[in-house]
Amino acid sequence: MHPIVKPAFAPRPTRRGFLAGTGGLILGLHLAPQARAESSAPTAPTPGAFVPNAFIRVAPDDTVTVLVKHIEIGQGANTGLPLLVAEEMDADWSQMRAEQAPSNPQLYANAAFGIQGTGGSTGLSNSYMTMRRAGAAARAMLVSAAADLWGVPAAEITVSKGVVAHGPTGNEASFGALAEAAAKGPVPEDVALKDPADFTLIGAEGITRLDARSKSTGQAEFTIDVYRDGMQVVAMVHPPKFGATVASVDDSEALAIPGVRAVRQLPSGVAIYADDTFAAFRGRDAVVVEWDESAAETRGTDEIVETFTAAARTASLVAEEAGDADAALAGAERVIEAEYVFPYLAHAAMEPLDGVIEWDGSAAEIWSGMQIPTTSHATLAGVMGLGQEAVTINTMYTGGSFGRRATPDNHFAAELANVAMAGGPGAYKLLWTRENDMQGGYYRPLTVHRLRAGLDGAGNITGWVNQLANQSIMRGSPFEAMMQGGLDPTSYEGANDLPYELPNRRLAWAEMRSPVPVLWWRAVGHTHTAYAVETFLDEVLETGGRDPVQGRLDMMRADRPRDRAVLERVAEMAGWSGPGTGDRRYGVAMARSFGSYVAQVAEVEDRDGAPHVTRVWCAVDCGLAVTPDVVRAQMEGGIGYGLSSILGEAVTLEPGGRVAQVNFDGYTPLRLPEMPRIEVSILPSAEPPSGVGEPGLPPIGPAVANAWRALSGQAVRRLPMRPA
Amino acid sequence: MRIRVNGTDHEVDFEEDMPLLWLLRDELGIHGPKYGCGIGQCGACTVHLDGVAVRACQVWAADVGAAEVTTIEGLGTEDAPHPVQQAWIDLQVAQCGYCQPGQVMQAASLLNETPNPTDAEIDDAMSGNLCRCASYPRIRAAVRRAAGQEGA
Repeated sequence: MHPIVKPAFAPRPTRRGFLAGTGGLILGLHLAPQARAESSAPTAPTPGAFVPNAFIRVAPDDTVTVLVKHIEIGQGANTGLPLLVAEEMDADWSQMRAEQAPSNPQLYANAAFGIQGTGGSTGLSNSYMTMRRAGAAARAMLVSAAADLWGVPAAEITVSKGVVAHGPTGNEASFGALAEAAAKGPVPEDVALKDPADFTLIGAEGITRLDARSKSTGQAEFTIDVYRDGMQVVAMVHPPKFGATVASVDDSEALAIPGVRAVRQLPSGVAIYADDTFAAFRGRDAVVVEWDESAAETRGTDEIVETFTAAARTASLVAEEAGDADAALAGAERVIEAEYVFPYLAHAAMEPLDGVIEWDGSAAEIWSGMQIPTTSHATLAGVMGLGQEAVTINTMYTGGSFGRRATPDNHFAAELANVAMAGGPGAYKLLWTRENDMQGGYYRPLTVHRLRAGLDGAGNITGWVNQLANQSIMRGSPFEAMMQGGLDPTSYEGANDLPYELPNRRLAWAEMRSPVPVLWWRAVGHTHTAYAVETFLDEVLETGGRDPVQGRLDMMRADRPRDRAVLERVAEMAGWSGPGTGDRRYGVAMARSFGSYVAQVAEVEDRDGAPHVTRVWCAVDCGLAVTPDVVRAQMEGGIGYGLSSILGEAVTLEPGGRVAQVNFDGYTPLRLPEMPRIEVSILPSAEPPSGVGEPGLPPIGPAVANAWRALSGQAVRRLPMRPA
Repeated sequence: MRIRVNGTDHEVDFEEDMPLLWLLRDELGIHGPKYGCGIGQCGACTVHLDGVAVRACQVWAADVGAAEVTTIEGLGTEDAPHPVQQAWIDLQVAQCGYCQPGQVMQAASLLNETPNPTDAEIDDAMSGNLCRCASYPRIRAAVRRAAGQEGA
């Protein structure tokens, strides 16, 4: 999701005191059970716990459980947010636990969105002050309780690694021992936060992810692992073409399969209800559906590309302009131009979309992984005709998302509710097959860029024009209200506000329409803009006789020191001396996205006529790195996900409109032998934390393509580089 | 019919062509093996039959016979992890974690057969297990660590 998105449909919380702003206090006097290291489903605070605010529970057994308001999709939210609390509480890392917070926008809104949601790599940055304040308040209340208990001044009390101590008297107590007394004390109006120079956990190495143990032993509970008494498994048959609808259903063969209970027509397709997954999937294969394709997308990819390319050539909606680009091109010594085609991409997260719903006719409970629980909550309640208070959402561990579970239209939540309504009171697990997932749309938008640059006789860039065409992600969604001047920034982000001095430039967009639903896909617009800009720039620099690194540095805007620093750092890491001359060549690229700055160098060789990436050097400035190992992991992951897409991923429509790829045999993500060695350098920074989930991705495609061009002489302008 | 999973015998009544994956998950309540593709392309459902990695979505339950089925739950526990699991924890391999039961089982099978694998053998053995989080560099390192090749 785009970080600038501030949906108009959900008012931002008013600026009250931070504790009031987070929903006030839930003070409790309960006895908590032994907490597990982490849990993906919420548990009720139990007797004896000290619950200073909506984010923290301190149990008598000394465990401190942080309710994490963001979904854990692998990015480390269940580690990063507890770490912020632990730092300000002066807790010991071993006593920290994480639990997914329930859906409750009053308590758990994302400060960047105004509603509860995870996206735009905002999880840690928008939580940085909130969670620290929550931790500091809890610490203050524990100290106050100790001061009262021991009859000593609070100012003389110290806290370290979960031990509250008073040096002069030798008194010591654990958090758990003070929990009951602390729960009775007043909530501080204001609390002082630590000086970052005093941090012992934030920025430290050696922090073990709270979910590392359960995820290495098969104990982490995902949505697919939720089983309820009497639960039926539901499989779906969806239209084979986008925009088609059900005309008629023959369910006789499906109903003859042992274990198949019912077949129901839903707004989104045909649902097969069964006793278990095997029967549901067999029923899915056996049901015969006739489709009404009158409103369907029937164009194939080639035809769509042709249309989008023509539109890119005449794109006229200006997103950014300076100087007179046309005059610059007209007066240039030389004009270079190139067109780029980027395919639809599936997120293809390892866990297909799934959800469990149980209802009794008056209240419903849901277990799923939803990136925007606030709007999913409203959709579920709306479809079921229930008040929102009658609907409970438990956020589960989720087997990847990459944006797929952040659908503004909440189509999956609606389908889940419809499954329950059509089935009647009871429990249902809606489980998409891989085929449903692959062919179900909500892809990274197919995009065409047309770039032109003018050079003077000395090889300087005098004019720069970037025109592109793609579908809007925001159009037709609640985010449409954010489109100013008809522009959807997620369509072209990363092609504007470049770090380079380009005094005569224009960026123009053509909005395309199609029934194929599109969606944010890890790094969103940057997935194609960085590739187009950074590979085109590389060619232009070469034409002008410039080195890829020095040429970029020479053009760098004076107000972009952080871009400059990551580029200089990565050049140093890789021992940059140009693209090279041997069997291994080097390419460089950089991109700022989601508030962070990343530059990468890729080392590429030729393996059977296709690029094989052997090494990647990555320099990142993400502000203060709260958990450096998570930052490194996210850079590695972003590089792998991005490399996967540019090498071998594409969703294509056959003539007539059917999706050609069905499963992981036709849609071919990166496998381990293709993964390069990666070295990550995190630039020291005192700036506030910015995103890491997405920013690792944008530079890898162009870095590899630039190296490949140096090696093969071929500029790859239609992706993927290695079609399946 | 009788099936032995993680050292426990189960008496079950099932369709003979039910994939082992769904027998384990839906009928026996063993949820470690995950569904990812259903066609043996992703490896998320990897379990052992007599110590050898197989894709549980590609094995008919009736074909298991007397073989000992081991899932991630039978390899080790949170309190007493198998050396491969311990390496996974130490190197913080997991991100979303969904594919990791399969990755761990594949790695354990590799080390059963080849206790001291080369880098090429690791790459080859792990090539059938997809990870969309691209935890691959850490998988490589964790296999080496579990094999006692620290720093290799």
